[in-house]
Amino acid sequence: MRKTVLAIDDSRTMRDMLRVALTAEGFDVQLAEDGIDGLEKLRHVQPAVVITDINMPRLDGFGVIDGVRSDERFRRTPVLVLTTESAAELKQRAKAAGATGWIVKPFERTKLVSVLNRLVA
Amino acid sequence: MDPMEEIRQTFFIECEELLENLESGLLAMNEGEADEETVNSVFRAVHSIKGGAGAFALENLVAFAHKFETTLDEVRAGRLEPSAEVMNVFLRSADVLSDLVTAAQEGADTPSEAADGLIGELLALIGAEPEPAGKAEGGDVAFSPMPLALGDADDAPDFAPQPLDLPDLGAAAPAGHAVHFRPHPRLYELGSEPVLLIRALSDLGEVSARAETGAVPRLDAFDWEKTYLSLDLRMEGAPGAEAIEEVFEFVDGECDLKIEDADDPSGGPSGGDPLPPGPPPADESPPPASPPPAEPAPLPPTASQAAPAEPAGQKKPAPGAGARSTVRVDLDRVDRLVNLIGELVISQAAIAQCVENPDAQAGAHSSNALEEFKQLTREIQDSVMAIRTQPVKPLFQRMQRIVREAAAATGKSVRLKTEGETTEVDKTVIERLADPLTHMIRNAVDHGLEGPGKRLEAGKDEEGTVCLNAAHQSGRVVIEISDDGAGINRERVRAIAVDKGLIHENAPLSDAEIDNLLFAPGFSTAKEVSNLSGRGVGMDVVKRAIQALGGRISIASQPGRGTTFSISLPLTLAVLDGMVVTVEGHTVVVPLTAIVETLKPLPEQIHRVGGESPVIAIRDSFIPIVDLGVRFGYRSPVRDLDQHVILLIETEETSRAALIVDRIVDQRQVVIKSLEENYGHVPGVAAATILGNGQIALILDTDDLVARTAPAPAIAAVA
Repeated sequence: MRKTVLAIDDSRTMRDMLRVALTAEGFDVQLAEDGIDGLEKLRHVQPAVVITDINMPRLDGFGVIDGVRSDERFRRTPVLVLTTESAAELKQRAKAAGATGWIVKPFERTKLVSVLNRLVA
Repeated sequence: MDPMEEIRQTFFIECEELLENLESGLLAMNEGEADEETVNSVFRAVHSIKGGAGAFALENLVAFAHKFETTLDEVRAGRLEPSAEVMNVFLRSADVLSDLVTAAQEGADTPSEAADGLIGELLALIGAEPEPAGKAEGGDVAFSPMPLALGDADDAPDFAPQPLDLPDLGAAAPAGHAVHFRPHPRLYELGSEPVLLIRALSDLGEVSARAETGAVPRLDAFDWEKTYLSLDLRMEGAPGAEAIEEVFEFVDGECDLKIEDADDPSGGPSGGDPLPPGPPPADESPPPASPPPAEPAPLPPTASQAAPAEPAGQKKPAPGAGARSTVRVDLDRVDRLVNLIGELVISQAAIAQCVENPDAQAGAHSSNALEEFKQLTREIQDSVMAIRTQPVKPLFQRMQRIVREAAAATGKSVRLKTEGETTEVDKTVIERLADPLTHMIRNAVDHGLEGPGKRLEAGKDEEGTVCLNAAHQSGRVVIEISDDGAGINRERVRAIAVDKGLIHENAPLSDAEIDNLLFAPGFSTAKEVSNLSGRGVGMDVVKRAIQALGGRISIASQPGRGTTFSISLPLTLAVLDGMVVTVEGHTVVVPLTAIVETLKPLPEQIHRVGGESPVIAIRDSFIPIVDLGVRFGYRSPVRDLDQHVILLIETEETSRAALIVDRIVDQRQVVIKSLEENYGHVPGVAAATILGNGQIALILDTDDLVARTAPAPAIAAVA
């Protein structure tokens, strides 16, 4: 069965890239435009993994992580944050907030796939 | 279309939106009206442009956006005060960013002096030194552009093994690695899964594992939220320690992890029975696939090993290729349309029933159904039109930059005030308004406003103000461009017009007529063509552009107080509210917006000036009568004018005329069909339409009709 990825990013370009790259890899990709939208979709999309941008209107990526972790059904769903910085500081902040890992933008498809393979069976 | 090319186009469309957000956010900050979210949205706009640009290896765009973002972040974090000086740099940076985006879109992501200069200013704001050209950014702040490769899933080159940058791959290379791994409970809490990590390891080479089970308690003491197992893994083959570390990248800190060369005595598998990598505690996941592949699987390149950008040129389309015009529409509007279409289907079924089952009441039913159908059609039409309309805000925002640049070029201090930005206009109108508006704004700054010295002398604020207003007014959109400058110097305008042979030296002209000379072809008020508003384009071109949109432009000026240009535009270019009338058996449509009232004249109201030109007396004023039948050559002048109907029409210039027609048929919306495109221009006719019975009807250009009826001598000479 195809695994569902919920990708949350306020940039349409980035959403399109994730959609194209992940669909080509056989994932079912669901998109959301900001944190609130993402958490609303979370419930019925039931993703195997969540990918979220950090800087978004309405609700940022940290809010998304909180929302995912505080929902019993998704408590252990992998959450990857998208970041343009490879700075260690942001990664640690994300980890402390409950993120599973990160994807550094701009990503390469091979890298993206190897990361996802480590997180979803 | 190639998916990458499609995303590229999306990116540039998004950039446009982001640049709009950036501009409006910065302006709000500049006015001191910015809340935290505004600052965030400004930051996000630059950040998103950078993010997208990185994916397309637009290095210059990325580099500039990165510096801009870094400085914005200081403001966001409260470490840098958004002073006037800072905001000035930001506003100019937004302009440059916009230029870089445009250049990148045209396939020219090249360094620019303006960008380099501003990078220096941006860095100076946060006390950083500009980096010497060509120097790469340091490791952890690096934001290196790296194009996204989107091949097919089985695109071999994507997965080709990358040579690993490892020392000593020869005989001295270790036979493998020993990995000691003990997950902490936190690892599970963060959503990681040891089984998958071990599976990923097995993609690197043969893995054997031994589980240390000594710590597993008796069942009654077993806490499933704790972890008891540790694994000693042995990696055969020669994947680098780096590659192994990468597998555990996300769980660093949530496990005990030791990676050593296999022949290191301390790193060998410890005691305990050899086990296949079993299910980790507190989980029912299956064991990893075994046996592992004999050949090491191709290793995906890591971020640090990844090859730098592919030749960017490959992805660049020809400049301007495939440019699409898109509309952003609120979902509500689309939903409304979908609902209406649903109702239309129902309505259609109702009509079908009336037709198929004629009974005694069929007549009443079908007329009800038709009435409903008509109503729906109207609503659908409105809804579809609403999809085409856009607020003028982005257009107005673009003018901020025009003002900034014009002010800088003329050494004046100017402030642009905008109002009514949410006013919505047809998208085509907005697009075609950009050039005329730009020209008029430049004019206002260049010619309209006085220099700072003169302003102070006149007792005005040193800073000049240009206002841009939009509003809906009786079915049209009115856009006003006004300045608080010196007003039109009528003596000079007159002198220039005489000099250029536009008017006779002694022509008696009213102030309004002199002002209107500005629109005369070939008229330029600047003594010499200034490098700013000159450019060989006069107000006559502006006027023609506005007229081409079905609009009118007028001018009002007060000496010492300023000048106001008013542009009145139709809401849409596709549909018109009209009054359908007949003249000598011909059907004609008169735009409803032009009609003030309709009346049946009494014989005593009609007077004849000089024996022939008829006028009608309406409430103390005499208004010239225009017989449409005569004007269009349908008949010769008639005497019994009181047997006809009069439409009192008013033009933008507020001159009036009484239009004689035979009969009023109906009032309805008509679809505008261009006459010029299908036939040619006809004086007094704006366009044509096709009526329900298939007949073609002309739509009047009332302004043109009136202007030709009572030509003011001076204006006639220049119009």
